[in-house]
Amino acid sequence: MTIDWTSFTPWASLSGGVLIGVAAAMFILLNGRIAGISGILGGLLLPKKGDVLWRALFVAGMVLAPTAWLLTGPLPDMQIDAGYPLLIIAGLIVGISTRYGSGCTSGHGVCGISRLSPRSIVATLAFMFTGFVTVYIVRHVFGF
Amino acid sequence: MNKHFVSAFVTGLIFGLGLLVSGMANPDKVLSFLDITGDWDPSLMLVMGGAIAVGAMAFTLIKGRTHSLWGEPLRLPTRQDLDSRLIMGSLGFGIGWGLAGFCPGPALVALGTGAPKAIVFVVAMVAGMAIYELIEKSRIKAVS
Repeated sequence: MTIDWTSFTPWASLSGGVLIGVAAAMFILLNGRIAGISGILGGLLLPKKGDVLWRALFVAGMVLAPTAWLLTGPLPDMQIDAGYPLLIIAGLIVGISTRYGSGCTSGHGVCGISRLSPRSIVATLAFMFTGFVTVYIVRHVFGF
Repeated sequence: MNKHFVSAFVTGLIFGLGLLVSGMANPDKVLSFLDITGDWDPSLMLVMGGAIAVGAMAFTLIKGRTHSLWGEPLRLPTRQDLDSRLIMGSLGFGIGWGLAGFCPGPALVALGTGAPKAIVFVVAMVAGMAIYELIEKSRIKAVS
């Protein structure tokens, strides 16, 4: 392991993390809900009466974040190296498995660990592990 | 408009801005974080750290309460058991995450930039969530 100090952005990442924490905190303190993105989005697919608008508005807020950002200046770098076939495969896997595992980086990784949920701690260790292994295989075994 | 809907939108917006500030909305940076054996960018540890620090305060604050500060019922997951769905789903999610560098939240933020690759990923992810619902439907039918 070598640390890539030139790409390391401790203050931006820490303050971005704090903002994410503020959002998660607001949502549980005010709305009484977990800010888990896969669950909020997935719940829109089998809509229940009275359970649609808050989900749609939450998603709209996220999607409009870059537009709000543009009011202050240019967007930060966003580099997507994966090609279209890989994006489709990865998207399908992420969609199916986050619903199957009841959460993703936000619901398990941020909210779940914040409330010390054993299920979320195990889930986070599991997806971090396969995330590391997948990147290792793609970059260092196949050399992409 | 009901204040809960306003807070859902604002929470989504703050969450999205946090993802942009932190660098998590940039798949290239996420993959550099997951590449622990290569040139490792540890920034995303700080995203998690910052988010969990703030989140943990909120979840400590509501501990023992049944309702949110606005009187909404607290909807917290109550399960404690570790089942195979949680573990297999989370392991699967890590693979999809490691292939493209997108998890659900950042993908929605990237969608908001209009990047064609982000649109394709989100469409595939939502399709994956729909496939999950179809599998669940047939499974429940088979049981009953």
